[in-house]
Amino acid sequence: MAHAAHADHADHEHHGPPKGFIQRWVMTTNHKDIGTLYMVFAGLMFFIGGAMALVIRAELFQPGLQFVDPQFFNSMTTAHALMMVFGAVMPAWVGVANWMIPLQIGAPDMALPRMNNFSFWILPFAFLLLISTLFVPGGSPAGGWTLYPPLTLQGGDALPMAIFAVHMMGISSIMGAINVIVTLMNMRAPGVTLLRMPLFCWTWLITAYLLILVMPVLAGAVTMLLTDHFFGTTFFSAAGGGDPVLYQHIFWFFGHPEVYILILPAFGVVSEIIPTFSRKPLFGYESMVYATASIGFLSFIVWAHHMFTVGMPLAGQLFFMLTTMMIAVPTGVKVFNWSATMWKGSISFEPPMLFAICFLFLFTIGGFSGLMLAITPADFQYHDTYFVVAHFHYVLVPGAIFAIMAGVYYWLPKWTGHMYNMTLAKWHFWMSTIFVNVLFFPQHFLGLAGMPRRIPDYSTQFAEWNMVSSIGAFGFGVSQLMFPIAIWQCVKGGARAADKVWEGAHGLEWELPSPAPYHTWESPPSMAQIEHGAPAH
Amino acid sequence: MLRKSAFLGAVTAALAVLAAPAHAAWSGLNMPVGVTTLSGEIHGLHMLILWVCVAIAIVVFGWMIYSLVKFRKSQGAVPDTQMLHSTKAEIIWTIIPVAILVAMAVPAASTLIKIEDDRGAQVTIKVTGYQWKWQYEYLDEGFSYFSTLARDSDAARQLDSGVDPKVVPNYLLNVDNALVVPVGRKVRLLLTSQDVIHAWWVPDLAVKKDAIPGVMNQLWFEIQPDKVGVYRGQCAELCGRDHGFMPIVVEAKSAEDYAAWVASKKPAPAAAPAAEAAAPAAAAVTTTPAANAG
Ligand SMILES: [Cu+2]
Repeated sequence: MAHAAHADHADHEHHGPPKGFIQRWVMTTNHKDIGTLYMVFAGLMFFIGGAMALVIRAELFQPGLQFVDPQFFNSMTTAHALMMVFGAVMPAWVGVANWMIPLQIGAPDMALPRMNNFSFWILPFAFLLLISTLFVPGGSPAGGWTLYPPLTLQGGDALPMAIFAVHMMGISSIMGAINVIVTLMNMRAPGVTLLRMPLFCWTWLITAYLLILVMPVLAGAVTMLLTDHFFGTTFFSAAGGGDPVLYQHIFWFFGHPEVYILILPAFGVVSEIIPTFSRKPLFGYESMVYATASIGFLSFIVWAHHMFTVGMPLAGQLFFMLTTMMIAVPTGVKVFNWSATMWKGSISFEPPMLFAICFLFLFTIGGFSGLMLAITPADFQYHDTYFVVAHFHYVLVPGAIFAIMAGVYYWLPKWTGHMYNMTLAKWHFWMSTIFVNVLFFPQHFLGLAGMPRRIPDYSTQFAEWNMVSSIGAFGFGVSQLMFPIAIWQCVKGGARAADKVWEGAHGLEWELPSPAPYHTWESPPSMAQIEHGAPAH
Repeated sequence: MLRKSAFLGAVTAALAVLAAPAHAAWSGLNMPVGVTTLSGEIHGLHMLILWVCVAIAIVVFGWMIYSLVKFRKSQGAVPDTQMLHSTKAEIIWTIIPVAILVAMAVPAASTLIKIEDDRGAQVTIKVTGYQWKWQYEYLDEGFSYFSTLARDSDAARQLDSGVDPKVVPNYLLNVDNALVVPVGRKVRLLLTSQDVIHAWWVPDLAVKKDAIPGVMNQLWFEIQPDKVGVYRGQCAELCGRDHGFMPIVVEAKSAEDYAAWVASKKPAPAAAPAAEAAAPAAAAVTTTPAANAG
């Protein structure tokens, strides 16, 4: 006993991780290890979800059915979305939050380290369950990621498995969110006031509140599906006095804030990177915070713009059109602030900045198509077409995912202590940027010309642009292989990274050594460090 | 230098790929103007918001590109680190977007109000979605029929059918029995479903609405008098395995041809009163039963 305690103590003093693989990775309560686990998991899901997207684009390469049965095609669109939203983007952001929030606010760890471990380790089981539905009788869920009844209720054994998987993902997200809120509210080092927090912490704080408010709503909706299917309730069946549209209202009450859950941390990362590489403080810090908060609030009162064709009363349609258009105002404020940050700066183009600039342009394009979709009469034409597919992929791929890549390229030297191969990272950037546009831009045309989404085969008039889009998809997919290669090389070695990796960087994380030691900020940062680190505002 | 030329090469390649289908007309890139009394207005809204977005993009992207070029560190740019915020600028870039949005919302709301004004329908047809076909019931005329994917398309769309879709006329957009409607009349569709949610959409008619089991939705359109023709669309709400294979075809006929078609579809005049009521109108046109403008 005494010996064990002593060993423990020694370990602590050396600030090193435990030796065994199980002790180090499975039983870890260290925010950095858990952050790494989240990100590795997200990367794995990104490639599995991406492979599913390539099945979709291969089938759509030309008209006619060449490779898959329509039912399997529907399984692919459903699983691709679930994997990317819940498996790739959300865990990636939780991973970055785990790594960076304690470093940025001068805290020694997340506030609830054991819950932190638990919330990660739920995820592999949730996705194992989800992926295993591919092998059960009846196939995996094929009713779309929105799981609309009554179609979803036609699913076989996969239905309860998928619903239980969603429950587990929800529990994991809620625990992650609680951890972020408690950490940001209680663990800030003395002197790090709320309005001194970096924007990444602010956007994550608001994201975490959104998560806590909407994940239970999703859990409720899918539980009602479950009881409708197995226990004779009729929440969503008109035959028993229910209403299929009720599900859509509940789902999108979750679903719209969900898209901001995916994108708000991206706003945070971009708000860190653009000032760094413009060598100039973020323009309008406080208005950024207020804009983020207003977007978070508005996200709760726009949900039915996903459902303009269900047959809503005129007043309802007008309300949701106007509230949706209002989101353009705070989003515009953000884009203008980022532009003003670059104005009169001293700009250099390292990989994180390249991804952030690309985010700025292409996310804005996604914002424009979003504004078009808000115009209800025009939405009757856009709804459920490839125009919508183009819109949300512009927001999520060169939006959320490019911001994740920007963040990884920004903080990777801090995490590993090495610089990565800049040339490879720039190739990764240019190939991704070119192919993401070849992939998604033509989908605007397809949608406007009348191609519905979620179809495995199409009329020959859509052949050309589908072929272009599929070429873009394969180019994009192959380009992504450069990302894990660049990361792996950087983990293994490379030029020593300075403590303050980027000349123009500000923030407490750059006051620490590179690589960040296993335990950091065990004694809080000094006021001098906080003032040196904090961007002037 | 090497890197620059590699980049230019990649861009050129991408442009070449994008330019390849340039022969596809503008109509293959944009929303159709459509043929109903409201479709042009909806198309106009779409073009208006599109050009507003393009204009904003030119200003905002122009500003960004200017900054990215002008304030490069490699060109010796010195940062102005005192530029932290400007209440004036922030007020301006809040007010201007609000003004643009209000200017957009007014015509959008006015069109929406017109779309929702379904009074005075002259023809009412009940549309029921099934996995995977449509049923059309002419409520005033007392007949109904199903509309399913045309047989040649259905044969060609099977996995590895060996049939080139390009040789099938209107591949996946053709049906056995089209919905027939008169031009110049306000046609009201009552939409519902027997199984899962479907959505009835014809781009040229600028209407799309969900067909939901247990719910009766409605929409209306009035095809312009000179737009006799055939208009095609598809189910727009994922409805299972063959969601991609339940197209919609609308045949718009002149009033006379429509009346003749209705007469030809009606069940044999067994009941005297019904035959009596229909006789005068039908008699005038049944002389040319084969007339099929389109
Ligand atoms: Cu359908």
